[in-house]
Amino acid sequence: MDLKEKLIASFLVFENQTDVDTYVHDIRTDAIKTFEEKGFPSKKEEAWKYTSLNSILKQDYSVFPKQENALEYKDIKKYFIHDIDTYKIVFIDGKYSSHLSQTTHDGMDVCLMSAALSKPKYRLVIENYFNVAATKDSLTSLNTAFSSEGAYIHIPKNKLVDKPIQIINFSTGNESATMVQPRNLIVVEENSHVQIIERHQSLTDNPVLTNSVTEVFTKKRAIVDYYKIQNDNTNASLIDNTFIKQLRESICSVHTFSFGGKLTRNNLNFYQHGERIDSTLKGITIIGDKQHVDHNTLVHHIEPNCESHQDYKGIFGDSATGVFNGKVVVEKEAQKTNAFQANNNILVSDKAAINTKPQLEIFADDVKCSHGCTIGQLDESAMFYLRSRGIPEKEAKALLMYAFSNNVLDSVKIPEIKQRINKIIANKLGVNIGFDL
Amino acid sequence: MLKIENLHASVEDKTILKGINLEVKAGEVHAIMGPNGSGKSTLASVIAGKEDYEVTKGKISFNDEDIEELAAEERAHKGIFLSFQYPVEIPGVSVTNFMKTAINETRKAKGLEEMPAKDMLKLIREKSELLEIDRKFLSRSLNEGFSGGEKKRNEIFQMAILEPQLAILDETDSGLDIDALRIVANGVNKLKSKDNAVVVITHYQRLLDHIVPDYVHVLYNGKIVKSGTKELAHELEEKGYDWIKQEVNA
Ligand SMILES: Nc1ncnc2c1ncn2[C@@H]1O[C@H](COP(=O)(O)OP(=O)(O)O)[C@@H](O)[C@H]1O
Ligand SMILES: [Mg+2]
Repeated sequence: MDLKEKLIASFLVFENQTDVDTYVHDIRTDAIKTFEEKGFPSKKEEAWKYTSLNSILKQDYSVFPKQENALEYKDIKKYFIHDIDTYKIVFIDGKYSSHLSQTTHDGMDVCLMSAALSKPKYRLVIENYFNVAATKDSLTSLNTAFSSEGAYIHIPKNKLVDKPIQIINFSTGNESATMVQPRNLIVVEENSHVQIIERHQSLTDNPVLTNSVTEVFTKKRAIVDYYKIQNDNTNASLIDNTFIKQLRESICSVHTFSFGGKLTRNNLNFYQHGERIDSTLKGITIIGDKQHVDHNTLVHHIEPNCESHQDYKGIFGDSATGVFNGKVVVEKEAQKTNAFQANNNILVSDKAAINTKPQLEIFADDVKCSHGCTIGQLDESAMFYLRSRGIPEKEAKALLMYAFSNNVLDSVKIPEIKQRINKIIANKLGVNIGFDL
Repeated sequence: MLKIENLHASVEDKTILKGINLEVKAGEVHAIMGPNGSGKSTLASVIAGKEDYEVTKGKISFNDEDIEELAAEERAHKGIFLSFQYPVEIPGVSVTNFMKTAINETRKAKGLEEMPAKDMLKLIREKSELLEIDRKFLSRSLNEGFSGGEKKRNEIFQMAILEPQLAILDETDSGLDIDALRIVANGVNKLKSKDNAVVVITHYQRLLDHIVPDYVHVLYNGKIVKSGTKELAHELEEKGYDWIKQEVNA
């Protein structure tokens, strides 16, 4: 039985044992039908031309965790941003860990999707937002069909959330191969501000496949800063489907730091429903071995006077491969749109490769749109300049790579994250940095 | 200190240096002049260890040690410094961080501890005052958006900090106004002692008025075709290079 058949077969069992109301039940039932029709995406589809799921779909994943697994905080502390106080929503093999979490219902909800999907008091929010921004593509539908657990965050009006929220999904590897499908819903009401950090972390070398869906709603003048830290083990793969619906004058930024994992696909979608919206999509990818990272972004400009800023940097070593597929749609009504997109890459090895493709679909006439992508090696004349001042080759390379990815970190608003990312980059490059940026 | 014998160097099968002989002793100042495209910058880069150039024949030694096989950074650690004709712009690396890294990597290579932050600040402040460099300048990205003159002054600032034994200044004077020229020359003269040496590559007498050479060489078509004392520089300034070309081609 292949993975598709296995998933479809287990749907009924799953549906019977999950506690949801009929509204959600109907959505799930529709979703499994969609998945059954479409199946997993193949390289024949334009959006998947350079990313093949074949090798990761071959594993015999257990699709439901058979047992509850526990972890000691001291063993996994390093995966948290732990030098500052944060709210935490932590899952182990897809199951909520109250022991490791720090949630709240005090003036806002930072809690669990399972509760939101089953308890009547959340019913209205679920009907208004659940599966509203998400699209009906096959992987998102698959997640929707099995959606039962994840983070549920609802921030009421005029609230500046006092500390960042971390969403962390651990995989213990206690099963020989595990598939998990977290489902997150984040609603930020008018004038509120929240910072979110998301991480998926496998703790062994057993294969893990995560197919996650996150829906974010930023209402009028809300501000959301979202950080995705992707630095997973060698056999962990992640398909991240994130859908962000912004209302007028809201500001939302997503920084994606991709440093690890076997295969990572980021489907990051922004929809601008209102005027004077600002969307920022930034990323640093530094990978080696045979790792693969695919950024598939969409910014949909629907109304006038909005901005979007995309800046993705990639450094690829060994036989690593990357994809950047950035689509910007500017509708006819969306006059005075400013849309910027940049994707710059350095290939450190002859065997590394990047496919980069901007796609601009502009139907308005009074807009400023720019895009640029570069693929290069490290600048030889810069290398000689640094080395002629006594900086050895390895350190010179590191310095140039730091400098190259530097401006992406400028917009990171949490200093501890900036430091953490700096450290990860230093580790990746195998140097001890004696300088700050 | 520096001894170059019958040096041939080529890039992509094109021979640029065709048998250079040059000896520079401690305490000396040498000027190298010559028409554009003669190979002056190539010679400077080959001494500094640029890997694009292949030494096909001949020898370069520094303090009686063969250095052809040494990497650029190893030559820097031994005290060779090149002030670039075209300093490279490096966005994202500030002047200060660049200098800190250069100082500490050089110290590391010599088996020394990192320089304490306090001493580092003092050193950088002292030398930036010497070169009349504004402090704001130090936090800017290296050479990015600097004017021609600022780039050259920044080169000499780096030289003043690294205190090399042999400094090669490749057209450091071009792009400098009179004041900047005086400041730069002053910076070079401050470094000069009986233990180190300076090679000045230039087209003009005006820098040599400040940094007075003991020897002047003319490089033409990959060879040193004439050597003399500082009077030769005056003669070249007056008469240009045509008479030299004629002499050589005759
Ligand atoms: N990296 C290179 N690749 C190809 N040709 C070069 C390179 N560097 C120098 N040359 C050539 O070598 C000759 C000497 O150049 P250069 O050393 O810059 O002369 P100068 O500094 O005396 O003006 C020129 O003809 C130049 O075009
Ligand atoms: Mg030159």
